[in-house]
Amino acid sequence: MIRVNEKTIPFRPGMKVGDLVPAIKPGADLLIVNGFPVSPEAVLADGDVCCLIKRGEVPSPEEMESLLMARHTPGVHALVKKAAVGIMGLGGLGSQVAQALARIGVGRLLLADYDVVEPSNLNRQQYFVDQIGMKKTAALKENLLRMNPYVQLDTIDIRLTEENIPELFKDVDALAECFDDPVLKAAGLRAAVTRLPATGYVGSSGVAGFGDSNALVTRQLFPRVFLVGDGESAAAPGQGLMAPRVGIAAHHQANQILRLLLQRV
Amino acid sequence: MKIICNGQTKETRDGISLHDFIRESGLNPGTVVAECDGVIIRREDYETCQLKENSMVELIRFVGGG
Repeated sequence: MIRVNEKTIPFRPGMKVGDLVPAIKPGADLLIVNGFPVSPEAVLADGDVCCLIKRGEVPSPEEMESLLMARHTPGVHALVKKAAVGIMGLGGLGSQVAQALARIGVGRLLLADYDVVEPSNLNRQQYFVDQIGMKKTAALKENLLRMNPYVQLDTIDIRLTEENIPELFKDVDALAECFDDPVLKAAGLRAAVTRLPATGYVGSSGVAGFGDSNALVTRQLFPRVFLVGDGESAAAPGQGLMAPRVGIAAHHQANQILRLLLQRV
Repeated sequence: MKIICNGQTKETRDGISLHDFIRESGLNPGTVVAECDGVIIRREDYETCQLKENSMVELIRFVGGG
């Protein structure tokens, strides 16, 4: 069998991906097989997953989700789709972790922040000028749904504490700690390690400034617990938080969350 | 007495509390997660947790920014 644009068709030996175009998607000019773009001459194997896309055309709602996930390695989507991830703090780290996880189709994101969008956030956070004054939870939800309408987004608008984190995030598979405050970062790790032992956890420390990109690392603290950053670069006068380095750290976090969900660690 | 902190042997005074040891290491106890002999110590216990000869201490330090 061949999966093509969410339909299943019989496999014939020697069939080429271009042969599917007239019947399935006339005019398609972007042909993706098993997550990778190929020429129309590419020969298919039984079990292949194909997406036929006509560049510039907005697909039907039925086709949309499979096309959004067309570049994924088959099998990845099924695993991330059933996963839930909590994101604690929706600033420079959290807003970017959230967009990366929404784009790869994580099934459910639990977004937590008590604050509103400020002009000084826009140098690094995934918000827009016309969202100044909105709650970050509402603004980020709006933005993520424009990227991927098939993610379930739930929000928490209260201040997180060491005491309330375990209860609020007891149902997620993995948790990203994206706080600004180092006291809360420590509290989050303690809460997770002592009271959420089955939950994957990716914290952060040392992401400010414009130091060496390669000083930012992901290191393992405990079996399902990781810490991202250089461990040193605090946000301080003369060492601000900026999109490039915070973004690198955020994507370290997002990739480590993905690895936890795919059980590669 | 000697303790092992983050893999390194450190000389400190007898009966020092975890809180004072963190302070005397130049860190703010509020920004540190501490593990003593394999157990994560609750924040409210830092003052009463006394280190012993050869205690194995792991300090995970956080800096601000996110």
